[in-house]
Amino acid sequence: MIIKQLSVFLENKTGRLTEMTKILSENSINISAFSIADTADFGIVRCIVSKPDEAIKALKEKHFSVNITDVVCMIVPHEPGGLYKALRILSDNNVSIEYMYAFAFDHAASVIIRSESNEEVIRVLQENQMKLLKASDIYQI
Amino acid sequence: MIWNEFIETADREKLKEIQNERFVKMIERIYYNVPFYRKKLTEAGIEPRDIKSIDQLKDLPFTVKDDLRDNYPFGLFTVPQNQIVRLHASSGTTGKPTVVGYTKNDLQLWSEVVARSMTMAGVTKEDIIQIAYGYGLFTGGLGMHYGAEKVGASVIPISGGNTRKQLQLMVDFGSTVIACTPSYAAHLGESLMAAGIDRKDIKLRAGIFGAEPWTNELRKQVENLLGLKAFDIYGLSEIIGPGVSMECECQDGMHINEDHFIPEVIDPNTLEVLPYGELGELVFTTITKEAMPLLRYRTRDLTRLHVEKCDCGRTLVRMEKCMGRSDDMLIIRGVNVFPSQVEAVLLEMTEASPHYQLVVNRENNLDTLEINVEIDDQFWSDEIKTLENLKKRFQHNIASTLGISAKINLVEPHSIDRSEGKAKRVIDNRS
Repeated sequence: MIIKQLSVFLENKTGRLTEMTKILSENSINISAFSIADTADFGIVRCIVSKPDEAIKALKEKHFSVNITDVVCMIVPHEPGGLYKALRILSDNNVSIEYMYAFAFDHAASVIIRSESNEEVIRVLQENQMKLLKASDIYQI
Repeated sequence: MIWNEFIETADREKLKEIQNERFVKMIERIYYNVPFYRKKLTEAGIEPRDIKSIDQLKDLPFTVKDDLRDNYPFGLFTVPQNQIVRLHASSGTTGKPTVVGYTKNDLQLWSEVVARSMTMAGVTKEDIIQIAYGYGLFTGGLGMHYGAEKVGASVIPISGGNTRKQLQLMVDFGSTVIACTPSYAAHLGESLMAAGIDRKDIKLRAGIFGAEPWTNELRKQVENLLGLKAFDIYGLSEIIGPGVSMECECQDGMHINEDHFIPEVIDPNTLEVLPYGELGELVFTTITKEAMPLLRYRTRDLTRLHVEKCDCGRTLVRMEKCMGRSDDMLIIRGVNVFPSQVEAVLLEMTEASPHYQLVVNRENNLDTLEINVEIDDQFWSDEIKTLENLKKRFQHNIASTLGISAKINLVEPHSIDRSEGKAKRVIDNRS
């Protein structure tokens, strides 16, 4: 249930994001989910891609500062209260979230979660019958 | 006006007699009191009884800044600690500062050379002098302070910074002389205009500026902004602090107080002494200082010496404004900064030093320092708060080591230019 997320350190400079996505494109790597956390001087791109190991190799060759971070992806109903219900389960179990981002498609939404303990997130959500996405599934979205 | 006519206008033969006598005693002092010097002189095959004249200086070993670091903190002192009455410190080439000590006599001699310097700028007991050099470990503030008191001027020990207060006291107290770094003088001048203060409301007549390199263009700018005559003063804490040399009203080089500090100019590569008039590295031997005399100390400042008698009547040798350095030291807001100090800070915090680069700019006449540090695997994180914390820790450690604040930028790997595999450590956009 652990998913490999790419984390890329980028300076706030014109063209860096384009350059990064160009490398993924040239290596026929698809992006399933994507978010940026930014500060005044730099940002961290976090994304789920179809071939994480190939992606990291290609980006490192071009001197990008890139690492793999383990995350979890849960599926919630795409309707009012869907996210609330899921987060409630986590907070009731004292699981704190480092960061998260989400995307919706058709009748469901998938939420990428990074927590201090991914195992804990998986255990709590599974005990509460929440659906989690497998790595093999999300890489193919 | 000349403070010490006997010395400052002495016949050069007479001056040499005084120097020889003091030099012989100085060699004795360091040989018998400092193991470092005894070893060096013995290795050079020299005993104190061989030394008769300063003409023999060229055969003696040099002292460099790293020798001060190796003997940190008090290893080069020639007197016991109970005779030391003052300690100052400036930047070393790594994390450790360069320490200098003074006996009571040293402080008197320092006041004497600064009093001579003040007098060259026309300062008398009728003047009110605002000392806007930093007070503290830096020699600028206290060095100027005691010299100005010796002359009998009214001293305002305001120290550096706090521009609004500087301007207020300048107007209210009617300061006639200001002493600070030239870039801060320009900043004060511009702040004066910005504050809408009429130049008629200030009484400044002379400025004594030093502790950093400056151009004649900046001199004109400061003179126009503040309505004063700008004088150049030179010094370094290892030798004594400000007052090693100073410009007279003829403004044709800075007179070196040769009865205390003997200058030589050497070729930094061959280490041979160069004749008067040739450009090379300035070397000083302090012949009167008690606490920490230095033998042939390499300043790394590049300049020329001129021995012809000056129109002001002084016979003391003149040195030109320094033309650069023979090492990589930077002077930022009057503070000496070595790129290796930054490396030492980074090494304290990481396993291997990441690539880094210092970028120096001048904004509104004030120097700014930014340090770019390449992100690498040892402190990689995908969490913003971890990276921001890392930046803060760098910032804090850099400020406490360098003594000036710097903006830290975390940058991508390989974003710092490397020529022949070696990263360019410094970009100085000020000149």
